[in-house]
Parts: sequence; structure tokens; C-alpha cells
Amino acid sequence: MHILVFIKRVPDTESKIRIHYETKTVVEEGLNFVISPNDEYAIEEALRLREAKGGLVTVVTLGLDEALTTLRKALAMGADEAVLIKDDRKETYDALRTARILAHYARTKHPNADLLLFGRMSVGADNAAVPAMVAELLGLPQASVVTKLAIDGAAGTAYREIEGAVEKVAFTLPAVVSAQKGLNDPRYETLKGIMAAKKKTIPVIPAAELGLAPADLEPQVVVAALETPAAKQAGKILSGPPEEAATALVGLLRSEAKVI
Amino acid sequence: MILTFIETRDGKIKKSSLEALSEAKRRAGELGLAAGAALVGPAADGAGSELFGYGAAKVFHLDGPALAAYSAQGFAPALAELVRETSPQAVFISGTAMGRDLAPRLAARLGAALASDCTKVAVRDGTLVFTRPIYAGKAFLTVTLKSAPLIATLRPNVYAVESAPAPAGDIVAKDFAIPDEAVRGRVVEIVREKGEAIDVAEADIIVSGGRGMKGPENFALLQDLASVLPRAAVGASRSAVDSGWIGHAHQVGQTGKTVSPTLYLAFGISGAIQHLAGMSSSKIIVAVNKDAEAPIFKVADYGIVGDLFAVIPALKNEFSLLLRE
Repeated sequence: MHILVFIKRVPDTESKIRIHYETKTVVEEGLNFVISPNDEYAIEEALRLREAKGGLVTVVTLGLDEALTTLRKALAMGADEAVLIKDDRKETYDALRTARILAHYARTKHPNADLLLFGRMSVGADNAAVPAMVAELLGLPQASVVTKLAIDGAAGTAYREIEGAVEKVAFTLPAVVSAQKGLNDPRYETLKGIMAAKKKTIPVIPAAELGLAPADLEPQVVVAALETPAAKQAGKILSGPPEEAATALVGLLRSEAKVI
Repeated sequence: MILTFIETRDGKIKKSSLEALSEAKRRAGELGLAAGAALVGPAADGAGSELFGYGAAKVFHLDGPALAAYSAQGFAPALAELVRETSPQAVFISGTAMGRDLAPRLAARLGAALASDCTKVAVRDGTLVFTRPIYAGKAFLTVTLKSAPLIATLRPNVYAVESAPAPAGDIVAKDFAIPDEAVRGRVVEIVREKGEAIDVAEADIIVSGGRGMKGPENFALLQDLASVLPRAAVGASRSAVDSGWIGHAHQVGQTGKTVSPTLYLAFGISGAIQHLAGMSSSKIIVAVNKDAEAPIFKVADYGIVGDLFAVIPALKNEFSLLLRE
């Protein structure tokens, strides 16, 4: 089976986010960039499916040249090939623009792909929207926020997290699936994998040359403001023995904070 | 019109959908528009009449062979058809598991831009302006959308529900003719966790534990405390989840769930930056930790420096006494 895995280069989750207020962008200096954590579950799942059923795993990202490092890491994990769709814009926060580019790429370059895997949500833009949008644009069924996946021939079963329960989704391939923590434990790159990844050529395709209408590459999301939340004032520390502190706390939650 | 998708589970309307409808009514009022509500599928049979009391001037009920069970592939085209017929300026969908599965599919079908997980909607220069957390709340992005309609998912637990007595109007039934075979992925079963546990994303109160809980057995103490509190759920830090002490569905933080409860109680959580990002929009934060220097105290409204194993039973006692009144 041919599996496409779509990943994104993002700052790691321990990053402190600073804002460049004039340009309304996130300051990238000093940030450590990684594969978005949920995307690692998607890569791992693709590798496991390939190991069980044979086939090909192609990892794709939309981004700047810097994303080549991110793709190289996916190759080192074991992906067969990687492709950079080169964007001339940084973060647009426009999920539909991203989805149009990725869907167009999949439709024109890999019309016979069996499974399109994504992370549930990229760290940063936090839209969690691209997988379902790509599914719609390609007319495919979707299962999002998936913690368990089984493929049997052209039939798929996915368990997805909902509030206080798990939904079992039955679908037919080709399909779009987005991965959530719990799906698997992503492997680390091996030295052998890193060496092999270094030798691979990563094709770079400019987004503008995919054949999309220019209007589809124009963001429809306009950033009006980007801010960090105001720092909180220091809270009250309640001292004394546990029983006294507990009594004081519950009293304050009722009388002062009025939340109980 | 601002149209709100109304989610039903087990024939009942979800509270978060009423939050979204109430917000639609408020913003529509500012813009001189009406609020509308859309129910989908037989699961919503009989559920619509109460929506007039929450501000809906029009209630639609879409039905058809492809809508018997939830699927984004069935629900999105049905809603898209309603949108094409009624031309609302905006569509609001509560950002639940279903809402965040459905909204992007609807947006893509309509070619409309989407603002996800909005925590604030305002009107500026005659248009809607959406504010949403990015990096799980380390920053806030305010956007306008250049599309018609504007589509937004609204974070649950953030918007006030408002109701007023209103005469029940007619529910407009719409038949949606898409054949069942066109939907190639759908929910076939819902597997509940034991009990009727509330999810951390929907809870009013979250009782959360970290590495300081020392082991999986001690999460029973948190469960115990949560059991005496109204609409409370047990949360956890990444290190507790990665240690296998509790399921990942409970994880709060940048790689888990971002939450906005009224009260967040953090026990033995040091306050890693990715955890703080996921819970800092809670209304009131309480931290209990034996380390007075733990970063969690920087965001806490109230803190107790001490042994959580002594504090938890004492708190349970106090809450029980107070809430029994």
C-alpha cells in the first residue's frame, strides 16, 4: 500500500513564545524546531503498516527550506521518500490554504495513494483542521483524533477520542486518518537510518508550480493581532497545617473567587 | 443570519452547543442579524423546540438516509446545502470532538475560511473578529476572515448560556437526498469509559495530578476528590501520562488537551511550560506542591506548599461539608 504522511516543522513544546509585534509574527530566533509531536504518531503508524503489509511511505511537508531538516528526520525514522512543497510564506494560520495545496499535490502526484496520514493537530497554529479539509477536497472518508487503527484490505477501522468515550469509525480506503497520542510509541532514528537518510535526495516542488489557481494560494485569514497573555499576578499562599490550609482555601474559593 | 450547528448526543442537546447559540445570538444582535440553529439527523428528533428559548429565530432540522449515524462526510454536505440556501453571514460550531471533526470539512466544501477554537468573538467595523489561542495558549491570535460565510468553532466552557422565554416557532424540516453509499466512513459504535465520566475538555472543575502523585494508585485520591465536586474530571500532566499512571485522554497541556475550566486544582504538578500553556486560561488555578519554587505557583491564584497526601483528604472533607449545605 502507498501511504502519504503529512508533517509540519514546529517549535518544540518547551519553547517560550515571543512576539514580533510590528510584523505580528512569532520570533523564531532561539527556538528549537522539531516534527510536530502528533505527526510522529502518524509516521510511526505508516511505518508499522508498511512493515505488516508492504508498500511505500512518502512523507510530505509544506514549508520553507528549513523544513528539509524535519523531512530528513522522518527519513531517518524509516520513511522511503520525502518531498518538500516549498512555500514562499511563513505561517498563515489558514488551514484551508494548506489543505488546498496538499490535496492538489496528492491528487496530481499520487492519485493512487491508499492512506493519507496526519497528526491530529500541529503544535502552533492549533487548527486541527487540515486533515478533514484534505479529506473533503479529495472526497475521501476521514477519521480524526485516532488512537487505534486497523486496516484489512480496503476496509479500515479507527477508534477516535470524543468527550468521555471512544467512537469506532468504519471506513473504506482510500481515506484520511489523523493520529493522536496513544496510537503508538514512535521509534527513534537509528544511526543506520540517519546515514541512509543523508544519501536520499529530497525533491523540492514550489507550491506556486503545482498548478493551483493563484487565488487558492492567497490566505483568507487576516491576522489583526498577535499577543502573549498578560502575566498573572502572584497568588495567595496559604500556610499552616493541611487542615487549616484546606479550610482557608475552600473558604476563599467560595467568598473571594466565587467559583464553588 | 448567524447559523449555529446544534450537536446532540443520545437525543439531548449538548450544553456547548447552547453556549455557541447564545454567543451567535449576542453577536447577531450587534450586527442586526438573526440567529438560526441547525439540527442534523434522526438523533435530533424532538430536540429542537427548546432552541427558540436560547435565541434562535429559525430552527432547521436536516434529515436523510445518509444522516442516520454521525459522519463528517454526511453531515458536512447537508449543512453546506442549508448554507447555500439560507446564505448565513457566519456559521458557529462548538469546538467539541464532533465540531472539530465537522467544521473543517464544511469549510472546505464551501471554500470558506475557518477560525478554530475561538475563545472570543467580537464585532469590529461591522464584521466578526475572532480571537483564538495558538501554541496551546502561549499566544493569542486575532483574525478576520475574507470569505462568505465565516466559519468558526467556539471553545466549550467559555461562552455564557443565555435563555429567555420565547414562543416556540416552527422547525423547518429539510430533506437531504444524498444516498447512503456516498458516505464511506461513519461512526458504528460509541464505547464509553466506565461510568458517565465527564471529559476534561468539558468539565467545570479539573482535579489534576502530576509526578508528585508518585504512582498510579494515588490517582484514586483525585478521583475521590472529583467525586464530591460538581461537573468535575480528573486531569494529568504529561509526565504522569507518560509514566502510564493514567490514560492519555486525561492529559492537559500542549500535547494533550487545552482546557478552560472554572477551577483547576493542580496536585504535584511542577508546571512545565507545555502544561501551563494548556491550562492557564482556567478561571481560577489552585496549586498544591511541596516545592515552594515550583513554576506552577507563578500562575496559581491560590497555593498550598505542603504534602498533597495530607491536603487532598482535608480538601475533600471541606468541599463535602460546604456542598452539602
